[in-house]
Amino acid sequence: MTKHDQPAAAIEVEGLQKVYPGTNGRAAKHALKGVNLVIPRGSIFGLLGPNGAGKSTLINILAGLVRKSAGTARVWGIDIDEAPRAARAAIGVVPQELTLDPYFPARAALELQAGLFGIPKAARRTDELLEVLGLADKATAPARSLSGGMRRRLMVGKALVHSPPVLVLDEPTAGVDVALRQQLWDYVRLLNRQGTTVLLTTHYLQEAEALCDQIAVMADGQIVAHDTTDALFRRVEDQELVVDVSAPLGAIPDKLLPFNPTLAAPQRLVFRFAQASGNVDEMLGAIRVAGLQIASVTTKQPDLEDVFLQLVQGPASNGEGMTG
Amino acid sequence: MESGLSATRLGSGVNWIGVATLYRREVQRFLAVAAQTVGGPVVSTLLFLAVFGVALGRHAPAPGGVPYLVFVTPGLVMMAVLQNAYANTSSSLLVAKVQGNIVDLLLAPLGPGEFLTGMVLGGVTRGVLVGALTALAAALFVPLPLANLALCLFYAFGGSLLFALLGVLGGLWAQKMDHQAAVTNFVIAPLTLLSGTFYAVSSLSEPFRSIAYADPVFYIVDGFRHGITGHSEASPLAGILVVLVANGLLGVLCHRLLASGWRLRQ
Repeated sequence: MTKHDQPAAAIEVEGLQKVYPGTNGRAAKHALKGVNLVIPRGSIFGLLGPNGAGKSTLINILAGLVRKSAGTARVWGIDIDEAPRAARAAIGVVPQELTLDPYFPARAALELQAGLFGIPKAARRTDELLEVLGLADKATAPARSLSGGMRRRLMVGKALVHSPPVLVLDEPTAGVDVALRQQLWDYVRLLNRQGTTVLLTTHYLQEAEALCDQIAVMADGQIVAHDTTDALFRRVEDQELVVDVSAPLGAIPDKLLPFNPTLAAPQRLVFRFAQASGNVDEMLGAIRVAGLQIASVTTKQPDLEDVFLQLVQGPASNGEGMTG
Repeated sequence: MESGLSATRLGSGVNWIGVATLYRREVQRFLAVAAQTVGGPVVSTLLFLAVFGVALGRHAPAPGGVPYLVFVTPGLVMMAVLQNAYANTSSSLLVAKVQGNIVDLLLAPLGPGEFLTGMVLGGVTRGVLVGALTALAAALFVPLPLANLALCLFYAFGGSLLFALLGVLGGLWAQKMDHQAAVTNFVIAPLTLLSGTFYAVSSLSEPFRSIAYADPVFYIVDGFRHGITGHSEASPLAGILVVLVANGLLGVLCHRLLASGWRLRQ
């Protein structure tokens, strides 16, 4: 495929639904409730959400591991129903679980996976992957002898044997130490610079913040927010202004009520506001008008954890609308 | 991008490299523990022969005028063939499901026919290899006439194909080791032990004789024995038809189940 006929969207999902049938007396579960999502080619896209939100179901449908109940899905422009094998050849998936066959050491595992994807011997990149993932000296060691971090890297390598244009990482750094997490992030950025579109699901919000240029938040089988990372920060009340005053307060002065602060301590007022709409100068002015003396002022930087919680809790709690 | 090309190429045609790789994987799996998967069945068969030779050989009837040890050896060899063909596919699928590395196969661009072919050929290879080694070992102690090599090969391959397909069915169905043990103990073992392996079905009383004639495994054992000894209880043509039809039906069933993602893709 040449650059000219590469699709604009790496992944397109429309009206995607999944209902897991009830078994053993358990009720059926509506895991996806009509998900619409477009992931642009060349992006690093974060998919966030609590456990049971439907993230893994969504990516497993894209990977062909779960059968959808309704809707359409295209990977690299290929409909997963019309050409399932071609769609699978266009995507590399690093599953959340460490699932290595103990019979095969790292090199054999990569060779095996490349073969299953139909890659001829001459076109394989086993040595390159072993090198870049830091597994060259463990190439023939039994899989059982690899550390957790090495196994995780081997899983990444297996997802890349066919040079997929789309790479999906399902919680790639869960239980991984800080140093290895940084290594994986660097490698993901490198792959992205080389043209790979990356879809990342994670519980580590810092990870999405550091890596992703777009984020979608899922809750209860739906996309509750989808925007650029910057825009998400701007849209929600993720800024905090903490003001310590010189004398204890019995209640919040009337002059400050329009800003809806909270009295975190007798001498501490906390203002939450959206980056785009908040005016710190007005708040500080109102404090002075209320006759309070400011002892200290601190601000808190946007925290994706707060963004995430507000988005999942819904518009009523943050006063902002959502798109998805 | 090369990956885009590979995606396009795999949109049509057969993923032959994928099939060959899956086949090699299946063979490497059992060869990695050959003492257990190949050596074990050979030794078991020789022990059976020793028991029959020492304890029963002089007293047991000799159907068709064939000495009993010559009669029973093809049955024992075929039992090893069938049980090992079944064990390879069923254990490969179940272990992969339990360990979670079944995703390696499910993520790969392999269609149901390609998946089935790679898996089943691995099972056939183990069945035939175990059968050949068992027969060679038995031939050291029992004079086997080898009346018709073509028939022997037909039934060895046809029988192991049928049980490799049964193994796929069992491996797909089973969700835990307990399930697999139940199928092996309550279905596969009786099928392979009670299908004329140790005795002539024609000597059974009714209704057991009719039941045996309705059992496809009887035709496999009987046909293989015909190839070794030159004597059979059923018509050779009936045996060939039963093997072909049973394999065809089971092959279609397995293909459909794999295409539907039964017990593999939620």
